[in-house]
Amino acid sequence: MKSRPNWPAGIFALVWLAVVVGPLLYLVTVSLRSRAEYLGKSVWEMPDALSLDNYVTVLTGGFGQYLLNNVIVTVATVAIVVLVTVPAAYAVVRNTSPFVQKGFTLLLMGLAIPAQATIIPVYLMITRMQLYDTLTAIILPTAAFALPVAMLVLVNSLRDVPRELYEAQAIDGAGPLRVLVSLVLPLARPAIMTVVVYTALNAWNGFLFPLVLTQSESSRVLTLGLWDFQGQFGTNVPALLAAVTLSVLPIFAVYLIGRRFLLSGLTAGFGK
Amino acid sequence: MSSQRPSAWYAVPAFGFFALFAVLPMLLVIYLSFTAWDGLGTPALNGGENWSRLLEDSEARASVWRTLVLMVVSWLVQTPIALLVGVWAAGKQRSRAVLSSIFFLPLLLSTAAIALLWQALLEPNFGAFVGGPLFLGDPDIALYTVVLVISWQFVPFHTLLYQGAARAVPPSLYEAATIDGASRVSKFRHITLPQLRYTIVTSSVLMLVGSLTTFDTVLILTNGGPGTATRILPLHMYITGFSGFEMGYASAIAVVLVVLGTALSLAVMRWSGFRQMSSQQEGS
Repeated sequence: MKSRPNWPAGIFALVWLAVVVGPLLYLVTVSLRSRAEYLGKSVWEMPDALSLDNYVTVLTGGFGQYLLNNVIVTVATVAIVVLVTVPAAYAVVRNTSPFVQKGFTLLLMGLAIPAQATIIPVYLMITRMQLYDTLTAIILPTAAFALPVAMLVLVNSLRDVPRELYEAQAIDGAGPLRVLVSLVLPLARPAIMTVVVYTALNAWNGFLFPLVLTQSESSRVLTLGLWDFQGQFGTNVPALLAAVTLSVLPIFAVYLIGRRFLLSGLTAGFGK
Repeated sequence: MSSQRPSAWYAVPAFGFFALFAVLPMLLVIYLSFTAWDGLGTPALNGGENWSRLLEDSEARASVWRTLVLMVVSWLVQTPIALLVGVWAAGKQRSRAVLSSIFFLPLLLSTAAIALLWQALLEPNFGAFVGGPLFLGDPDIALYTVVLVISWQFVPFHTLLYQGAARAVPPSLYEAATIDGASRVSKFRHITLPQLRYTIVTSSVLMLVGSLTTFDTVLILTNGGPGTATRILPLHMYITGFSGFEMGYASAIAVVLVVLGTALSLAVMRWSGFRQMSSQQEGS
């Protein structure tokens, strides 16, 4: 059915487009200005020249270390979450024992726990475990708080697998471990991708646990590094915004390559 | 047959890990709320001292109030925009697909990046609105400016939810209404809105709980200022615990946060008659 264009909605969408794009344009254009231009000219005026100097300043100012820390935290968090949730989701779908089922219900209730409310006890535990100011201190709670959504996504996807497929494997004499590798892993691949993206985004952008559980420069992650740049650069806002732009680039690259996976990871667990 | 099934051991690492780093902290925070602890030594039980102090703390009460304002205003700002943009973006036209891929760009930025970007943008001397309002520097509008930043960050996420839900509405409903001569507005009211009601509930719960636990945005944007104009409850907890070194008292505030969050989720779900929450939605 052909419908006539919806002008009011179209205009509203264009206004919203300006609201979304405006700040992003500001981010990129200011990061390309020199500090003198930033202080001397309005951002609405055309700059005399654009330069990448701010990016050089940032890249020689500890950014590499923070980036590396971010990659380590993200990869380790994703690895832990995937390694523990895939077998657990398989057990929830195929093992009817009360321990597994009650445990899963309890884990889902964890969806309602705000991480903010647990930072004080987590800080206590991490200092008692002698892990304060290490990357491990960030990884452990970040992974734990990703578990409920990860389990929800995986269990929902494995529940859609017909029972006959499991039974056919069993008749062929396959043990649970072989079923996990040859049936569950391939069938759950899209769900695992969603979990990977969801967990990676949370770990990459995490702020609260790094803030409370680390201190020194050697264990600083990107989000805290940005915050620290703010103090370090003072009024050199163009350099700060260059750092912000650089911190977004890796995720932007993922967005360009796999938009579908990224968006499914973002809305993990909330409908289709 | 049962020997072919995975043993309960398959679930133990996940459950154990979750118990240690999520369930145990929840229990510990209740315990700590009955102790005095400076963050270094050993927590010492002090009875209900933190709790009776909390009842009389006018700053805590003010921060609860600010948190409520933040929640309500963010909901009022975000819901209509996300709903309209989401339904619009669900259309199959190519132009809508292209624009919606741009609408999602704020989702790629971390909270820290967004807060720093907006802080620069709204900076009164060199930002984009020189000569305009002070935004974050004006105690009367700082909290609403925070709402603006939060909305910019989270509307795209809720748009995504509404877009997905709107695409799942059966086209036959609209076709029937078109044959009956229904106007566009009436189709939106009588078909789209009722069909999206579960999504509205999900999105609202996430928005309300999200604003209740807003923390990093405000810490970076204003650190609670000017004065205490934007010191919301989670920030009040953080400052009390990690700047004031009163971890026991801060734990009591944290318990209040958990109770408010749980009560809020339950209330919205009960009020809207929505029971399938645990099996389908929710999140951080």
